[in-house]
Amino acid sequence: MPATQSRVNDFVLKIATVNGTGSASANGLLLKALFRMGVPVTGKNLFPSNIQGLPTWYEIRANKDGYMSRTGRVDVMVAMNAQTYEKDMNEVSPGGFLVYDSTWPRRDVLARDDITVLGVPLAKLCNENFDVARLRILMKNVAYVGVLAALLNLDVDVIRKLLQESFAHKPQLVDSNLKAIMLGYDYAKQHFTCPLPVHAETMGDNSNNILITGNEAAGLGFVFAGATVGAWYPITPSTSLMDAFSGYCEQFRVDPETGDKRFCIIQAEDELAAAGIILGANWAGARAFTPTSGPGISLMSEFIGFAYYAEIPSVFIDVQRVGPSTGMPTRTQQCDVMMCAFASHGDTRHPLLFPANPKECFEMAITAFDLADRLQTPVFILSDLDIGMNDWMVPELTWDENYRPDRGKVLGPDDLAKMDRFIRYLDSDGDGITYRTLPGEDPKGAYFTRGSGHNRYGAYTEDSDAYQDVLDRLLVKWQTAKSLVPDAVLSRAMQPTKLGIVAYGSSDGAVIEARDRLAERGIHADYLRIRALPFTHEVEDFLHAHDTIFVVEQNRDAQMRSLLTLESADTANRLVPILHYNGMPIPSECIVSGISAYQEAAA
Amino acid sequence: MTFIPKPQIDLPGQHENDLGLSLRDYEGSLSTLCAGCGHDSITAALVQALWEMSIRPEMLIKMSGIGCSSKTPAYFVHGAHGFNSVHGRMPSVATGASAANRDLICIGISGDGDSLSIGFGQFGHVIRRNVNMLYLIENNGVYGLTKGQFSASADAGSTAKNGTVNQMQNINTVATAISMGVSFVGRAFSGDREQLVPLLKAAIAHPGCAVLDIISPCVTFNNHEGSTKSYAYTREHKKQATETDLVPPRAEIKASYYAGDTHPVRLHDGSTILLKKADPDYDPTRRNNALAYLERHRRRGQIVTGLLFIDQNVPDMHIQSRTVATPLKDLDYRDLNPGSAALEALQRGMK
Repeated sequence: MPATQSRVNDFVLKIATVNGTGSASANGLLLKALFRMGVPVTGKNLFPSNIQGLPTWYEIRANKDGYMSRTGRVDVMVAMNAQTYEKDMNEVSPGGFLVYDSTWPRRDVLARDDITVLGVPLAKLCNENFDVARLRILMKNVAYVGVLAALLNLDVDVIRKLLQESFAHKPQLVDSNLKAIMLGYDYAKQHFTCPLPVHAETMGDNSNNILITGNEAAGLGFVFAGATVGAWYPITPSTSLMDAFSGYCEQFRVDPETGDKRFCIIQAEDELAAAGIILGANWAGARAFTPTSGPGISLMSEFIGFAYYAEIPSVFIDVQRVGPSTGMPTRTQQCDVMMCAFASHGDTRHPLLFPANPKECFEMAITAFDLADRLQTPVFILSDLDIGMNDWMVPELTWDENYRPDRGKVLGPDDLAKMDRFIRYLDSDGDGITYRTLPGEDPKGAYFTRGSGHNRYGAYTEDSDAYQDVLDRLLVKWQTAKSLVPDAVLSRAMQPTKLGIVAYGSSDGAVIEARDRLAERGIHADYLRIRALPFTHEVEDFLHAHDTIFVVEQNRDAQMRSLLTLESADTANRLVPILHYNGMPIPSECIVSGISAYQEAAA
Repeated sequence: MTFIPKPQIDLPGQHENDLGLSLRDYEGSLSTLCAGCGHDSITAALVQALWEMSIRPEMLIKMSGIGCSSKTPAYFVHGAHGFNSVHGRMPSVATGASAANRDLICIGISGDGDSLSIGFGQFGHVIRRNVNMLYLIENNGVYGLTKGQFSASADAGSTAKNGTVNQMQNINTVATAISMGVSFVGRAFSGDREQLVPLLKAAIAHPGCAVLDIISPCVTFNNHEGSTKSYAYTREHKKQATETDLVPPRAEIKASYYAGDTHPVRLHDGSTILLKKADPDYDPTRRNNALAYLERHRRRGQIVTGLLFIDQNVPDMHIQSRTVATPLKDLDYRDLNPGSAALEALQRGMK
C-alpha cells in the first residue's frame, strides 16, 4: 500500500449519497466549515436528472493555493450509497481513504489494498439514538459530517456555530444535528488515528469572500440591473436563476404596506413565449430577461432573429448543459457558443458575454442590459451548469452607488418636440445605432416594428436598396459593439513566450492551475481569457503575437476556435484545440496533458 | 409592392371627439389587401370605435403576428406604436408589453391561421393569463397569402376554391376561448358594422382579455359557393344572440333605448356594457349555457353572434401578479436597486 503523503489544506473529498435524502445540507455544512476555517473551497454537485432515489455526488476541493477546478483525484470518499459502492471505491486515488457505512457488511470482492477503508456503523448509531424513521435517515447523513470533522480536523466549534445560524428559527434542530455529528465524531476518534495525513487546518481569512452559485449571482445581478420583467420556461440547469431573481425581488421590491410588487415574473407556456414576452417588455420600455439553457435557445431562435433585425434590446442567459438534443441535462458543457453567436435564420450575429465565475455572472447581468439597451439588440450571457449550479468561492460582490443604467438612445416627448420628424432607423450619429421611442408617450414618436423587410423609416419595403441600407447599417453597429463589450483578460507568463492559451468561461480555473503545472515542467504560456463576442482588439493582437495558441474549451467541435478563425483566418493553422466534453467540468490535468503532449510531439 | 402612405385629406365639417381629434387621426396607411376584403371593414370599424371612445393614439399599441390579418395594424391609428411580430406569437409580445406598461391599451390582431394553428398555444395561454387586451381574430377559414389552403377554422364539409373538401373538424374559436376560461368573448361579422362597432368598444373597455372572433370573408380564396365563410353564407346563417353597447363613465344610460331584457355590466373604469338579449334563451354570464347554446346552433348550421360570454370577476395578469399601479417601465431606478448596504447585508449569509 502506497504511503499517504501528508497534505494540509490540499485534498478532494467526495460524498456519494442518494438523491432526496437530505445530504445537500450536510455537504453544505462541510463546505462552509472549511470556508470559515479560511481554506479556499469549491463544491460541485454531480446529480441525476431525477427527483428522488438515484445516486448523487458532491465533490469538495480544498486548496490552500486557491485552485478551483476539478482535479479528477479523490482523496477521501464517503460511500453512503450501496448501489454505487464499487464504482465509488474504484474512484479513490491510490493512498486515499474510503469511509462507508459498516452497519451492513461489504463483500470481500469489493476491496482494494492500495487505499484505507474506514467503516463506521452510521445507520446503527443513528437507529440506536433516534426514534423517528425519517430522522434516522436524515441524521445518518449528518453523522458523516462528524466522522469527517474528526478525520479531516474540522473545527467542531465552527460546525456548531453554523448549525446555530442555519437553525436559528428551530433551536431543537441544532441539538439533534449536533448529537448526530458527535456520534460520528466520537466514533472516528475512538476507532481511527485522527486526523488523517490529508486534513484541514485553520489558515487565512475568508471574510472578504463569499460562497455562491452562478445562478444566484446572476439572479441578484438582474435585480441590481433594474430588470422588472422576467419571463421563463423551467429548464435545468437555469431554473434556480429565476428562483433567485424571484426571491431577491420578494426581499427587496415589495411595498411593505401595500404588498405591491415592483416586478412581474411570468412563467411562460414555452421558451418561444418567454422570448416573445421579453421582446414585448423591452420594446415597451422595461428591462426584461429570460434565463434558459440550450434547448430553450433553439426554440427562441425565431424571436432572436426578429429582435436582431427589428433592433429590440433583450437579454438571454443560457446556462449551458450537455447537448445535442436533450443531451445530459445535469451535466456541463460550453456547447452553445456557435448557436448563440448566430442564432436564427438570415444574416444575424449577436454579442455574447462569457462569465468565468459567479462574481462575473453578477457583473455581466448588469453589463448585458447596458449593452442591450445601448446596442438595441439581443445580448447573451453564456454561463454553464458548472458555474450556475455549483458552489464557488469568490470575492465579495461590491456595488457602486453612482451606477445608473445606460438606457441608450431613447427619445422622449421633449426630444421629439425639437424634431421635424422621427425616423426610427436613421443612423444620425454614424455608429450604426439609431434612436427609438417608447409606446405610451408621444404620437410623434410612433413607428411600426416589423421583422419583414423595412426601410429606415420602419416602413415595409421590397426595394433592394432600402433593404440593404438597413442590413449594412447593422454591420456598422457590430463594429461599434467591439468598443463596448468587456475586454479580454491577459495574463503574461513568467518569461517571454511564443505559446499562448485562449479560454473562456468556466475553463478559467483549470487553465490557471494548468499554467502553474506546465511552468513547473518548463512550458510557459501567456493566457488570454475572452470575455465577449465580438472580439475586442486584444484578441487579434494576441493571436498574432504567438506562434502556437491552445484554444481550451468544453465542446467537441472547437466552437470558439471556429469563431476565431472566422475573425482572423490567417492564424487558423496556429490554433490548437484542447477539448473536454464528457459532461464533467474540465480538470486542469486535461490541459496539462494536452499541451505537454503537443509540445513533445512538436519538439 | 411597398408601403403606401394614405393621403391626409381634411374634409370640411368633420366631427371631432373629446380629444379634438377627427376620424382621420385614427387612420393609418393605405390597405394593400384585396378590394372587398372583410379585414378592411374591421379596420374601418376599429377606427370608428377608437375615435368614439376618444382613445389617445399614443396610448394604443397595435400588435400582430403574420398573415393578411396581421398586416392590418398598419392601416389604423398612425399615431400609435405597432408591432408586427412572428407567426402565431403576437400574444406573448402583447403580454410582455402589457407587463412593462399596464396603462397601454393593447389591441392584438390575429387570424385563424395565426391563432388556431401555429399560435394555438399562445392563444390559449394569453386567455389563461387574462392579459388586458382586445384579441381580435379576423376569421376567414383560409390561408390567403399562401393562396387558399384550408385553415383550422374551416368547417367540415366546406370546399376550397379548387374543389377540395375539408374533412377535418373545425376549431371553434368561441367555444375554445370559453373552455380556456376567457373573461370576455364575442363573435361578429365584418359586414355588420352596426353590431361590430359597439362590440369592439365593449371589448376594449373590458379589463381583461377580450376575444372577438370576427367572420371576415376572403374575397379571393373563400367567397365561393361551398364556402361557409363567404359573405352570402354568413349573411344567411348569422344568428344574433345579444345586442351590445358601451356607455362611457359619465354618460347617461337612456332606458328607452335599451328597454326590454337589458343586462347592464358595470366595468371597473366606470363605463357600462349594455347587453340586450336578442334571443331570450341566451345567458352570456353562464359558461355552461353559453357552450350548450353555441353547440345547439352549430348543429342547425347557424353562426351565433354578439357578446357571448362575460365574467367581470376574473383577475387580469397584473392583479394576479400584484404588480404596482405605476407602469414598471416608469419606476425610478432607485426604487429597483437594493443598494450597496443591502448587498453587504445579504452577503453575510453567504459566508
